Amino acid sequence: MAATGLFLCIFLLGHLAGNLQLFMTDEAGKLQFNEYAKFMTTFPAVKILSYLTYFSIVFHAIDGLLLTLKNRKARPVGYAYSRPDKNSSFPARNMAILGSLMLVFIVLHMSNFWVKMHWGELNVDIWLDANGNRDLHSVVMHSFKQLWYVIVYVLCMVAIGFHLWHGFQSGFQSLGLNHPRYTPIVEKTGYAFAVIVPALFGIIPVYIYFFG
Amino acid sequence: MNLKLKIWRQKGPKDNGKMVDYPISGISPDMSFLEMMDVLNDQLVEKGDLPVAFDHDCREGICGSCSMYINGEPHGPGRGITTCQLHMRSFADGDTIHIEPWRAAAFPVIKDLVTDRSAFDRIIQAGGFISVNSGSPVDANAIPIDKHDSDRAFDAATCIGCGACVAACKNASAMLFTSAKVSHLSLLPQGQVESRDRVLAMINQMDEEGFGNCTNTGACEVECPKGISIENIARMNRQYLGAAISYSPPKATGGGD
Ligand code: HEM
Ligand code: SF4
Ligand code: FES
Repeated sequence: MAATGLFLCIFLLGHLAGNLQLFMTDEAGKLQFNEYAKFMTTFPAVKILSYLTYFSIVFHAIDGLLLTLKNRKARPVGYAYSRPDKNSSFPARNMAILGSLMLVFIVLHMSNFWVKMHWGELNVDIWLDANGNRDLHSVVMHSFKQLWYVIVYVLCMVAIGFHLWHGFQSGFQSLGLNHPRYTPIVEKTGYAFAVIVPALFGIIPVYIYFFG
Repeated sequence: MNLKLKIWRQKGPKDNGKMVDYPISGISPDMSFLEMMDVLNDQLVEKGDLPVAFDHDCREGICGSCSMYINGEPHGPGRGITTCQLHMRSFADGDTIHIEPWRAAAFPVIKDLVTDRSAFDRIIQAGGFISVNSGSPVDANAIPIDKHDSDRAFDAATCIGCGACVAACKNASAMLFTSAKVSHLSLLPQGQVESRDRVLAMINQMDEEGFGNCTNTGACEVECPKGISIENIARMNRQYLGAAISYSPPKATGGGD
């Protein structure tokens, strides 16, 4: 759980760096982004990383859900009156629900962008740009002109934020990396990560919707 | 004080049990929670009802038996205290107080508020020991020990095995208890010989008893009457990782086992 979760945090940073190029909504930005998208789907080292990422997401999701089911069995009869809010945070108690929301999002997201980029031949929705690269940029611009898609995207970023609010620091603790001097730093970094990364992801579709 | 108590009543391990309302009056704010329970039980006995069964022994916060889930938290509101150290002044006149037993598959209810916590004993039996020569005691301070380590070991050793950590945890995990027992011994030189086997055996026993897995919610640390820190859980995770990787099963090579 911890190893895959923390690996996915690194993946998010890489993914974000790519996405930030989408702030360039003009023709030059389009050609550059499509060039980048082609690089990301063809360069061998990136390919290895992407297989690691697919594996991590699948393993993390299955392991997380099995873990949650097993933990439910450890308390077959619940309390009539319980106040878990007095001793633990909301994200910490709802990792599986937040994660499942993200899983739904990941499937939607992949079917929208990833499938078109990888299996474009089967799909008439993607064209080639002036340099002969698949025009993922236009697909993105078109998607984010739809209000419902922007709303779903932003809500899912909120879910990721909550997931990471607990998850980042939890991953370190699971690996035994706890120290009175460093744990407060890890916690603060985690909170900053959980706010800044999803916020940057989430601003992009809003920007495109209004100014793209 | 007049209070409205809602208490879990269950005749025996096989009974379904239910919450029952007991209005009570004339409670002094200076009474401890257990004294309030005593008053209630006297009244029940006078009426010819069965008293509420609950565990208690020392009534001064050192034995860990007084397990009650009060108003949604183990040992009720307040930090760093057991139920016997909780006083009625923590409640207001007219309050409703919910009282339930610990809830965990590994802590089956025996009667009313009494649960069977022998799973903890079996975890300790699995690895909570050290090998020393019997005979006359060793001189104090014969083995030099870093003051910080001995303090940390002592902090871990203050765990009274009450089970509040399990009761509070949404996964009914026993990681805080087990990690306190592991740390208490593994931080000291005397505990080194068995340290690898200990962490493997105790965690294995913990899983076998049917406790859940830790997801680091930190609820245990907040509710622990002895302030045991989740640093101990991280220490145990570290040791477990190391032990699981380096462990090689013993081979019989003669000379018995
Ligand atoms: C980009 C995607 C994701 C990232 C960066 C991420 C990150 C993390 C991290 C760092 C942890 C803490 C690990 C630990 O404490 O050992 C965690 C825990 C967890 N994740 Fe994710 N996760 C992602 C997606 C998902 C998905 C899709 C699901 C599932 C359906 C999921 C379900 C869980 C669950 C159930 C936990 C609970 C374990 C705990 O509370 O410690 N996650 N995640
Ligand atoms: S760790 Fe704390 S809450 Fe858990 S059994 Fe020990 S004293 Fe009780
Ligand atoms: S009765 Fe001993 S700790 Fe409360």
